[in-house]
Amino acid sequence: MSAEEILVVKGLKKYFKTTRGVVKAVDDVSFSVMKNETFGLVGESGSGKSTVGHVIMGIYGPTAGSITFSGKDISMGVGRRPKELKKQLQIVFQDPASSLNPRRTIGQILGLPLRVHHLVPDGNYAEKVFEIMDLIELPREFAVRYPGEQGGGEKQAVAIGRALATGPSFIVLDEPTSALDVSIQAKIINMLMRFQKEFNLSYLFITHNLSVMRNVAQRVGIMYLGKIVELADTPEFFSKPLHPYTKMLLSAVPVITREEEALKPEKVTSTGEISGALSVPPGCSFHPRCPFVMDVCSKVVPLQVEYKKGHYVACHLYPSAINAE
Amino acid sequence: MTGQLLEVNDLHISYKVYEGLLRVLNGVSISVGEKEKVGIIGESGCGKTTTMKAIMRILAANAMVAGGTIAYKGHDILRLGRQELMRLHRTSMSMIFQDPTAALNPVFKIGDQLQDIVRYSEWRSSVPNKQEVRTRAVELLKSAALPEPERILDSYPFQLSGGMRQRVCIAMSLASAKDLLIADEPGTSLDVTIEDQIMRLLKQIVEERGLSVILISHSIGAVKGFVTKLYVMYAGMMVEEAPTEELFSNPLHPYTQNLLKAVPKLTGGGVPEGIAGRIPSYLTITDACRFGSRCRFAKEHCHINAPPAFDVGNGHKVACFLYGGS
Repeated sequence: MSAEEILVVKGLKKYFKTTRGVVKAVDDVSFSVMKNETFGLVGESGSGKSTVGHVIMGIYGPTAGSITFSGKDISMGVGRRPKELKKQLQIVFQDPASSLNPRRTIGQILGLPLRVHHLVPDGNYAEKVFEIMDLIELPREFAVRYPGEQGGGEKQAVAIGRALATGPSFIVLDEPTSALDVSIQAKIINMLMRFQKEFNLSYLFITHNLSVMRNVAQRVGIMYLGKIVELADTPEFFSKPLHPYTKMLLSAVPVITREEEALKPEKVTSTGEISGALSVPPGCSFHPRCPFVMDVCSKVVPLQVEYKKGHYVACHLYPSAINAE
Repeated sequence: MTGQLLEVNDLHISYKVYEGLLRVLNGVSISVGEKEKVGIIGESGCGKTTTMKAIMRILAANAMVAGGTIAYKGHDILRLGRQELMRLHRTSMSMIFQDPTAALNPVFKIGDQLQDIVRYSEWRSSVPNKQEVRTRAVELLKSAALPEPERILDSYPFQLSGGMRQRVCIAMSLASAKDLLIADEPGTSLDVTIEDQIMRLLKQIVEERGLSVILISHSIGAVKGFVTKLYVMYAGMMVEEAPTEELFSNPLHPYTQNLLKAVPKLTGGGVPEGIAGRIPSYLTITDACRFGSRCRFAKEHCHINAPPAFDVGNGHKVACFLYGGS
């Protein structure tokens, strides 16, 4: 794979002030996404994975840190982003029932980005809308129907079609299949993978489903309470996970075949719950749930080290940088 | 049959709506033995929850039972008087719902809600002692592995996490479930590590108390380690029934085969195919096989008649013309 980076996130922080204190939703997160790559971001609810996606989209500006897209700094809110940039960056949300306007027809929904960006000079929007509908495999007569009449799969296809309408190069997929049944999920993912090849897209794929991640992402980062605790190439990540949290997550994934069961690391039984974002434990934020907890864990925040080439982990069990095999 | 706690036979349920009649359940049969753990899998809208609500007889007002029987401990559930039905709810069967946030009343403390249920389920001729009720509530919370039960009794639902709320719901159901526990997607709205904890807790409780369980889920992996017998539902029909191991090693119905294939594997191997098409509309459904329009093997007669359940041995039944009939 070409090592050309399309998106670089460095030291990203996003804090929210609330009446009860500061929520550190994203706390010093760094990663990059290569061209034509799918980078997966996994984590439980409240880990800050969606906030990362939203900050990249400019839905809110970052508290600190930088985001670079195609070599240009884009760490500003959406209001100050040039229109050309908005064309390049698109997002698909988790729940298509609430991300599509129920009072607009599918044709109007798909036509809106075309109008905003003046993508059809001769004003013949209908033809372009039909092209998009062919792409997402919706019958053309659906253009006059409302999203509420459609199934979850069709609605998510419309949301994807809307993201593709502007011809983007980077799409944030924020749990695009979590609200769907497995048979529909498979169809949507296949569609996304096909578009990636066809249009040279780069994806930031956010999900809590590790089985999906295994099959779509080239590299995976795992988030816990606003920090990336482990980051590696997908095969490495699933065969030799290092961080205790990763092992716990993998142990908890319900699987259906023996081969999958065999792949799981030594069973780390899940205990405890993710702490509230207002009361993040000191030191390593995972230490209250960690079966390998040591004295140092509650005092010192572990730094991210490159344990093996391309395999980063933030855990006191792995203190030294690059080790020999 | 002996030793059967629950026997649902050829159940048909429709819903009256503005547009007409939604013919949802079409000949659903389930049997659950004493201390048996049974799972039902199927996608959203396939009638899993409707079936369970029929068993509890808590169907919505616009539902009509068009046929079939539900026998539970010698009672005909569908014809039971209100008093008798309430007695069963109080002392024998209970249900855990998918979304613990919606199942708990947001304006009452956990203690008020739980103690109400304790009072209701323990109700006899005398008014129970306040202290006894509280002690019993604390016991129930403890059996659901909740730390600091006293504090939780004085909390409102919003002060608890999703996992804790679901544990509270489990505790509530344990107050009255002495024989049958129906768990409707108990882990679906939770994170994977929490879901794992909840499922382990449920399994432990069920085995300790010798309860029969019906576990509903659309997550095939979640039911696998739990139940001994599995039913697969599609669009209001029971398409396949088999012992768990048998179903996973030898799925027969084309829908089951496709469904198992559609689950992404942790071992990788690429993105599986989905199933083309979608569940038919219950409004316009015909007598044909309901999977016919999405089935690769569909023949002419599949579009005319619905297949009955064919017994292929080993307790394995499948409703598909590929395995019998013509």
